[in-house]
Amino acid sequence: MSNELDDLYQEIILDHNRHPANFRSMVDAHRTVEADNPLCGDRLTLYLKLDDDGEHIADLSFQGSGCAISVASASLLTQRLKGATVAEAEALFETMRGVLTGVIDAADTTEALGGLAALAGVRRYPMRVKCATLSWHALKAALGAEDAADSVSTE
Amino acid sequence: MPCEELMTLAAEIAAADAPEPSGPRPWDLDAIRRDFPILNQQVNGAPLAYLDNAATAQKPTAVIESIADFYRHDNANVHRAVHALAERATLAYEGARERVRGWINARSVSEVVFLRGTTEAINLIAHGLGQGWSAGDRVVLTQMEHHANIVPWQLLRERAGIDIAVLPINDAGELDLAGLPRLLAPPTRLLALTHVSNVLGTVNPIADIVHIAHEHGVPVLVDGAQAMAHQRVDVQALDCDFYCFSGHKMFGPTGIGVLYGRQAHLAALPPWQGGGEMIRRVTFERVRFADPPQRFEAGTQDFAGAVGLAAAIDYLDNLDQGALARHEQSLLRYAVERLDAVPGLRLIGRAAHRAPVLSFLVDGVHAHDMGTLLDRKGVAVRTGHHCAMPLMDFYGVPATTRASLAFYNTRDEIDRLADAIDYARGVLA
Ligand SMILES: Cc1ncc(COP(=O)(O)O)c(C=O)c1O
Repeated sequence: MSNELDDLYQEIILDHNRHPANFRSMVDAHRTVEADNPLCGDRLTLYLKLDDDGEHIADLSFQGSGCAISVASASLLTQRLKGATVAEAEALFETMRGVLTGVIDAADTTEALGGLAALAGVRRYPMRVKCATLSWHALKAALGAEDAADSVSTE
Repeated sequence: MPCEELMTLAAEIAAADAPEPSGPRPWDLDAIRRDFPILNQQVNGAPLAYLDNAATAQKPTAVIESIADFYRHDNANVHRAVHALAERATLAYEGARERVRGWINARSVSEVVFLRGTTEAINLIAHGLGQGWSAGDRVVLTQMEHHANIVPWQLLRERAGIDIAVLPINDAGELDLAGLPRLLAPPTRLLALTHVSNVLGTVNPIADIVHIAHEHGVPVLVDGAQAMAHQRVDVQALDCDFYCFSGHKMFGPTGIGVLYGRQAHLAALPPWQGGGEMIRRVTFERVRFADPPQRFEAGTQDFAGAVGLAAAIDYLDNLDQGALARHEQSLLRYAVERLDAVPGLRLIGRAAHRAPVLSFLVDGVHAHDMGTLLDRKGVAVRTGHHCAMPLMDFYGVPATTRASLAFYNTRDEIDRLADAIDYARGVLA
């Protein structure tokens, strides 16, 4: 396998696709957001529960079906942000969006990204960027105001 | 000179200039592949196996050169001036119309309208016919239509309140014709269906279907986008009322396509767009429209594209149609055999009569990952819903991988497809 491909299908991505973390529904979620990409048929639901203080993410999970990139991205997202503050999650959304679209160089942010850096390879595959960003757009919607949209669609 | 006369004259000149049929060249796949320069390249370190022909077909050198030559030597706007280049360009454009007429066996060049492609042709018909329809009138489509033959009718439904009925298919991906007569009863105004499915490869029995429809007094529009690359189409033998196709899917250029329409039908249609070339006389008080086909060709047309389309027809005409069909069918059988041997692979569509198009799903490998991983091995396929979401819904799948073949594909490329699928399964297992 060549290096370029390793960039997209790194072992950590393949692992998260095989065994996604936090892959379950959540009956007592505060926010449930449906996200779909009609072009590829990827569809997932993101569940978010906040602490009593309303500032920390108490629990985060997802369900759905999609390609390896979208599943791994959602899995890494939930793993990374469980326990984080809402402000941290919002900042990470901006960073990830930058990294996935190639605006931010992943090498400059490896510390902030941790395992998420494995997704950076997607920026070289413009047709696949939306696979990686799908769950992040769902997160952004989940963090929004109570009356914000409970479904997002990337096309 | 009025357009019609010029068109007739050009058609006569083109017919007189047409080379004597010398019989097709011998079937030689290596030689044929050399006619398509794009096929000879490496992608990601492997030779390109282009299996995305249903999306767009590649162009032989003869087509590429015909367009370049036109721009090099003959380019001028058609129908508009009397200088030498304008005459040559006009003759080339009208000659291309005659070439199309002959290829599809239309009765007259006035039945051949040049448009941008299949999509524009169907929109034109929906727009034009729709003006004479009332709320509750019905168009019948089928479960296997491309969005190009669904959305224009939905727009008409929004505008005019028409109904849309859908002819079902069976699991193999064949039309269920038993229900057709019932759907053709009044107030059905049109049956619009595809000749060949872009997802399943199913070749629909158009002549039989047209016969049934006409018995019920219902005209038929055929979406021929996927048919022209695989078989010669004779619109009189099919007896259809409209036939639409795109140059780029039959080895011609993008930007040019054809609407064939029976003369009486076209004559009854209102204009599509307004502008130059489509009029007979304009004052600020009133306008008299030109007859078909000019009525539907407002503004400067893609005449270089028409020249390229004629070159593509010349190229196809020179191939042995029997050998082409045998080669494609043998590739299809071989591909089905190889794919059926892949564990966890499900082929969608098993019609008895079909073109070499293979849609499939593989357990544990999402279509998008499949597309990226096959590309790593130089194998180009399409993944997604193929602009046929209602068909995807019928099979209950969000997306498939589709390998669509053309006459220049080889058994070796099928082997490489099968090997690359194994590789993808290995990566994601
Ligand atoms: C069956 C069918 N109909 C219509 C179309 C639309 O053709 P075009 O995009 O050239 O207008 C396509 C192309 O994908 C097709 O496969």
